[in-house]
Amino acid sequence: MCLGVPMRVVSIIGDDAVAEIDGVKREASLMLLGEEVRMGDFVIVHAGFAISKLDEEEAQETLRLMREVFTAEDMQ
Amino acid sequence: MNYMDEFRDRRVVLGLAERIRKMAAGRSEPMTFMEVCGTHTMAIYQYGIRSLLPREVRLISGPGCPVCVTPNGYMDKTVAYSRLPGTIIATFGDMVRVPGSSSSLMEERAKGADVRIVYSPLAAVDLAAVNPGKRVIFLGVGFETTAPTIAGSILAAHARGIENYFVLAAHKTIPIPMQVLSADPELRIDGYICPAHVSAIIGANAYRSLASEQHVPCVVTGFEPADIMQGVEMLVRQMVEGRSEVEIEYSRVVKWEGNRKAQEVLAEVFTPYDAEWRGIGVIPGSGLEINAKYAAFDAEKMIPVNVEELREHKGCMCGEILKGKVTPFECPLFAVDCTPESPVGACMVSSEGTCAAAYKYGR
Repeated sequence: MCLGVPMRVVSIIGDDAVAEIDGVKREASLMLLGEEVRMGDFVIVHAGFAISKLDEEEAQETLRLMREVFTAEDMQ
Repeated sequence: MNYMDEFRDRRVVLGLAERIRKMAAGRSEPMTFMEVCGTHTMAIYQYGIRSLLPREVRLISGPGCPVCVTPNGYMDKTVAYSRLPGTIIATFGDMVRVPGSSSSLMEERAKGADVRIVYSPLAAVDLAAVNPGKRVIFLGVGFETTAPTIAGSILAAHARGIENYFVLAAHKTIPIPMQVLSADPELRIDGYICPAHVSAIIGANAYRSLASEQHVPCVVTGFEPADIMQGVEMLVRQMVEGRSEVEIEYSRVVKWEGNRKAQEVLAEVFTPYDAEWRGIGVIPGSGLEINAKYAAFDAEKMIPVNVEELREHKGCMCGEILKGKVTPFECPLFAVDCTPESPVGACMVSSEGTCAAAYKYGR
């Protein structure tokens, strides 16, 4: 039930956004987000609400750390 | 980028598995980690995570499926409401097939009850707006991820002056039951795979006392396979290094302080109460009910109804399974008398129940 899908914001009118993933569009209320959301941002959408903004820098950093596992010792 | 494919990279998953194997090798006692989110339960089965882990690492499932931990008495109440004339029950899809003492919403719908499945609670508010002559009762079930969306729907109905929208609230909060389970000597939980989107709302700070006072390592972990393997790797590392801290693996979404705005919306509408959990019983302060200010939206307070006498399902081990004490395979009903097509207990009904996940992917 806590599934949330990262979707790209494609329109914003007031607190009402539309977000898209793989061609599927969903309404996403922004009323639960304190931070500013811009067009093109990725948000986690759960039950019709954006509940969190996806932090791209953190995503890249986590991936970088994960990918070290096969560039360094383990996969040789 | 939405970062889904990247966190499903097989090379990363296998690399992490190898690292876990090396770190865990030679431990005399197995390490037991519990996940307390149904979406993790599903993902762990779906991606075969257990098969990638060494025997020193054991994963068990806890009370992470909100539909599953909702007791029979709540289902009986929804059935009773669905029988009232002029009533529309609006709900997320998972609740419709959950058996109560003698019926389910699906059975009631077949007999003529008006039961609608909605994707968002805001759609239930719209339903109330276009059906002014009826009352719409939304089934407010879910943890801290979902509870703010229900609170948001109540605020939306309030702002729009809609008076025929009601919520039957049975929301639950997860950190307190985690403390209860950690204190259970039978379970011996060595670490928690903390929920992803619950933590997006409440923040990773919510697990501090578990780590510092109960000395249980906690890692807030995402739902993709590489996330889960990385979360397990971080837990194993804490164990090997003798630490018990809160760490965030899912840092692209979860912050230490969580989502303040969503927390404010929750606090505006809900207040803590002593909630009953299937299998665990009543845990003080572990639920959220609608506060006095928004009592006009509280189905329980506004719409009296007679509810049938409670009856538990014989032989169903859902309660023990929710505590992580028993696996679905140890239940005599599993896959024999209890299947997704003909479920006996809630753990088999909900798509993210432990039994449903074990039935679909684990056999």
